[in-house]
Amino acid sequence: MNISRRKVLALGAGLGAVVLTGFKANIAFADEAKTQAAIDAFANGATVESGKITLTAPEIAENGNTVPISIEVESPMTADDYVQSVMILAEGNPNPGVATLHFTPMSGVAAATTRMRLAKTQNVIAIAKMSDGSVVMDKKLVKVTIGGCGG
Amino acid sequence: MASKPRVKVPKKAAAGDIITIKTLISHAMESGQRKGKDGNLIPRKIINKFTADFNGTTVFSADLEPGIAANPFIEFNVKVMESGTFNFVWLDDDGTQYSSSNEIAVE
Amino acid sequence: MINRGGIVAALGLSALMAMIVAPAHADPDNNQLIIDGEVIITDVAAPDDSPLDRIYSGWRFRSPETQSLQMDDFENPGFVAVDDAIESWDTAEGSEGKSCASCHSDPSSLAGLRTTLPKWDEATNKPATMENLINRCRTDRMGAEAWGWEQKEMVNMTALVSLQSRGMPVNVQTDGPMAEWIEKGKDLYYTRVGQLNMSCSNCHEDNYGNQIRSDHLSQGQVNGFPVYRLKWAGLGSIHRRFKGCMENIRATPFKRGSDEFIALEAYVASRGAGLAVETPSVRN
Repeated sequence: MNISRRKVLALGAGLGAVVLTGFKANIAFADEAKTQAAIDAFANGATVESGKITLTAPEIAENGNTVPISIEVESPMTADDYVQSVMILAEGNPNPGVATLHFTPMSGVAAATTRMRLAKTQNVIAIAKMSDGSVVMDKKLVKVTIGGCGG
Repeated sequence: MASKPRVKVPKKAAAGDIITIKTLISHAMESGQRKGKDGNLIPRKIINKFTADFNGTTVFSADLEPGIAANPFIEFNVKVMESGTFNFVWLDDDGTQYSSSNEIAVE
Repeated sequence: MINRGGIVAALGLSALMAMIVAPAHADPDNNQLIIDGEVIITDVAAPDDSPLDRIYSGWRFRSPETQSLQMDDFENPGFVAVDDAIESWDTAEGSEGKSCASCHSDPSSLAGLRTTLPKWDEATNKPATMENLINRCRTDRMGAEAWGWEQKEMVNMTALVSLQSRGMPVNVQTDGPMAEWIEKGKDLYYTRVGQLNMSCSNCHEDNYGNQIRSDHLSQGQVNGFPVYRLKWAGLGSIHRRFKGCMENIRATPFKRGSDEFIALEAYVASRGAGLAVETPSVRN
C-alpha cells in the first residue's frame, strides 16, 4: 500500500462532502406530486393558463430564511369580475405550501407582498383563481445561496 | 410577552382610493421540520390565518403555512369608500388570537 | 517533518482560500441608503491609521432585496425589537422602583452614545460596551437583575438606544487609556486561529468584495449592530457575530462579554470611524 497521509485526509474530506450533500438533498426534496396535487385541487378542473399573473421574486436569495415575494394579477376587481384567491407554492420545500391569499372586490387591486422560506434553489409558483373559475399561473426560479459564512 | 403586531394604515384617504396596508407580527413560525437540541422534531407552531376586516366585512385574508418566514410580513391593498375601522386578526396554531384596530378617515 | 496539525491546517486553509473567488462585480455596489428621506452615509475615507483607503458599511455588500428591508422602518423586522424595548424603557423594575425613563426620560436623551462605544470606564478601569452600561443601570440604580448578554430584552434595549444615534458617525476613543485595548484588539484581529488558521483580516481586509463560496464578503464593520440577520430571524449582538465568525474558522470562540471580545469590538469600531450608525441594520 502506498497511500500517504495527505491523500487519506483529502479522500476523507471528499467522502464527507458527498455524504453530507446526499443527506441534505434527501431531507430537502419535496414530493413533486404534492405540488401537483395542490395545483390540481386549487384549479378544480379548470385549465391552468399563463399570463395575467406576475410573480416577483429575487433571482438569487441571499438567505432562504426570508425571501421577499410579490404577486399581482390583472383584474378589474369588480363584484362580477375579480380575483378570488392566489396560492403560493414552493416546489422544493419539504412542504410546498406557503400561503393562500383571499381577495375581494374591496381589495381594489389583486396584489400582495410577503416573505417566504426556501430550503434550496427551486421554483416558486403563484396560481390565481378568478371569480369565473378560470385559473392562471406564474413560476420563477429562485436560487438560494447556502454555504458562505453563516456564522 | 408577545410583541404588539405592527400595522401601517394611512390615517386619511379620499373616497375610492386604493390604500396600501402593511402588517408585521413577531412570531417564530416554527415549521415543525426543525430538530431541537435533543434531536426530536420541534412541534409546529405558526400563525395559520390572517384576516383584515373593514367595518365588519372581511376585505382580505390569508391562510399561512410553514413556508412563510418568521415574523410574518403581509402587504395588501384595500379600496376605501368611507371612514371606518380596520380590524386585523392573526390566529396562532395554539388558538391564541392577536389583533390590532386602526381607524381611517375618508373624505 | 510536518506534524499532523500542520497538514490539517494547511489543507483547511487552502480549501477555504480556494473558495474565495473574485467575480466580475466584486466591489461594493453604488446604492444609496435612504431611510425616511434621510441619507445614511455608507462609505467614507478610511481613518488615518487604517490599512484601507475607503471604508464601507456592510449594507453595500448585500443584495438589493436585503438592502430594501433596511430602507423602510416599517418593513425592517428589527423594529419589532425596538417596539418591545420602548415598553421595557417605561417599565419599573427592581428594588428601587425605577425604569429607564426615571433617570433618562426619553431614549433620545442618549443620542450619540452608540458612536462612542466601547468607551473608557473609570468605575471598572476598562472599556464599557453598551451591554455593560445597561446592566450597571439595572443593578446599581434600579436594583434589578442584570440581563444576559444575548438575552432578548438586552439586545432589544441596545437596539433602541443605538437607534437614537442613527446617522451619526462612529467616533470611538483610541488614545489615552483606550490605546492599550485597541492594541490588544488589533493583535486579535491579525492573529490566525482555529483549524482553518485564519484571522479576521484574511476575509475582511484582504478579501472584502470577493465571494467566499456564495457569500459576498464585507469589511466586517460593526456600525449597524445589533443587526437583524435573516439567518437568525432576529437581532443579535456584535459579540454573537464574532462568535459565529470564530466558529466558521473552527476556532474556540471567546465568550460574549469577555475582555477579548470587548478589545476586538473597540478595535473593529475604530476601523469604522466615520461610518454612520445604522442600527437596527438588516443583513443576510
